[in-house]
Amino acid sequence: MDIKTKRKLKGSIALILSTFAAFMGLFWLVFIIFDVLRHGITALNLELFLEDPAPPGIPEGGLRNAFVGQLLITSVATLIGVPLGVLGGTFIAEYARGTRFAQLISILSDIMVSVPSIVVGTFIYAIMVKPFGHFSGWAGAAALAFIMIPVVLRTTEDMLKLVPWTLREAAFALGASYFRVIKDVVYRAAATGILTGIILAIARVAGETAPLLFTSFNNSYFTLNMNEPIASLTVTIFNYAMGPYEDWHEKAWAAAFIITVVILLVTIITRSIIHWRYKT
Amino acid sequence: MKKLSKLPLADLIFGIISFSAAFTILTLILSTIVVLYNESSLAIHRFGLLNFIFTVDWDPVREVFGAAASLYGTLITTILALMIAIPVSIGIAIFLTEISPHILRTPIGIAIEMLAAIPSIIYGMWGLFTLAPIMAEYVEPALQKMFGNIPVINKLFEGTPMGVDLLTASIILSIMITPFIASISRDAFNLTPDIVKESAYALGATKWEVIKDIVIPYSKLGVYGGIVLALGRALGETMAVAFVLGNKHQITPSLLDAAATITVTLANEFTEADSDIYLSSLFYLALILFLMSFTILAIAKFFLLKAEKHYRR
Repeated sequence: MDIKTKRKLKGSIALILSTFAAFMGLFWLVFIIFDVLRHGITALNLELFLEDPAPPGIPEGGLRNAFVGQLLITSVATLIGVPLGVLGGTFIAEYARGTRFAQLISILSDIMVSVPSIVVGTFIYAIMVKPFGHFSGWAGAAALAFIMIPVVLRTTEDMLKLVPWTLREAAFALGASYFRVIKDVVYRAAATGILTGIILAIARVAGETAPLLFTSFNNSYFTLNMNEPIASLTVTIFNYAMGPYEDWHEKAWAAAFIITVVILLVTIITRSIIHWRYKT
Repeated sequence: MKKLSKLPLADLIFGIISFSAAFTILTLILSTIVVLYNESSLAIHRFGLLNFIFTVDWDPVREVFGAAASLYGTLITTILALMIAIPVSIGIAIFLTEISPHILRTPIGIAIEMLAAIPSIIYGMWGLFTLAPIMAEYVEPALQKMFGNIPVINKLFEGTPMGVDLLTASIILSIMITPFIASISRDAFNLTPDIVKESAYALGATKWEVIKDIVIPYSKLGVYGGIVLALGRALGETMAVAFVLGNKHQITPSLLDAAATITVTLANEFTEADSDIYLSSLFYLALILFLMSFTILAIAKFFLLKAEKHYRR
């Protein structure tokens, strides 16, 4: 074999392997989603949303407590995390733009986005569960907010930086204060981006389990009291899937189905909005 | 910068509020370290650092705690996951930038990124109910048959294939981190200037030679950043491995054996810790994990920033 064919052959093999790798990635995605759909759809029914869990081992009841608990915890986390994240992002992208402080906060936030979420759980446990002697919905919400702040802060910063500087100068030239420029010009120009970033952040924390394990814990009863342990879909999935009953496994699949479908739909829609709005 | 007193009142108030919001990030990081250190001080005094790290025992009854088994599990699963994920992800990135027809690039890219959006608990549950039985029934016996007679290597595949073991956990972890490495590598590959690639083609290089000798060296900083980022992620992943690792504190050469990672230990035992020293040791584990992943993620960020500067030139 001469050197030319050898090089060509080597090239084709490498390219075929790369293509194979890409299809392997797709294969896992399809495999996982298909599996969740297959098991989830058969386990779906109306009682799942309307009834609370039956005593262990009895194949009745639903997960109403977990759905409501998940909504409560996520909403409170959003109410804490979003304002802090957006304001922090505004500070480093506007008032402190280009300073070392802004750079530091931006880098630290990027790191915090990937820090193990279970560590956040242990931290909140130490400051919000141990002193009061009981698990609570508030603690769960605080843990999720902790995870949310850096995510929202970084997206806000990125989105504000996409607003052309000349737009601000035009407003300054009209005599507006920086606060008015931010409120009436910059925020308006970046609204779609910031909003989609917030939605992505909510979708991300909605799927978190580890930080809730020892903050909001779990509760097999329906409650709206954030001072008590509160059930969430993700922790319920963990307990049910590890549990011994066939019926629990089915309910875990149903809950997994709902979480996956909601999160994937939200992610696809918001990503397409960003794609279409910013043509990136 | 104008003097503070010259600023309009609205700016002053809004500036202070938004500054405090930005400052929360620093507060959160520092208080995490201080609180975790405080909570683990009991265990730090009792066991010290090196002794804790190198003690294999994890015995709540005798109140002897060591991190060695958990650290071992964390390292093995992470390394194995990276060994599987790195070639696959780079293959994906090559496919997306150089091979795939243009219309397919965006949809396949989005599909791969979807893998990153699936919550980790779904991976864990799918691993327990779908992957673990497949591993136990087909893959692991086949591996034993293949390597069973080769000395040394057969130690890796000893024991009864149960599916709940280091190998299954590593595979799930590798699926989870693939999209991170793939999308960062793809973005880095895309930044290679066309003119450099075209010069290589003009010299008669094949497509693979262009990728191997031009694109990959040019974008290596970005790829390193992606790999280290994935490493940091894999170290701290909890739910994806909690289902399929078995939480058994032991150091075993066999990949077909149950084990524990720091995260799995925390997830399983935190609410069950019944003595102060037990809880304190768990906090100690959390502190070690936090410092480890923080350092690694900082290194990843360093690579990515350097890459960014490199491409801007």
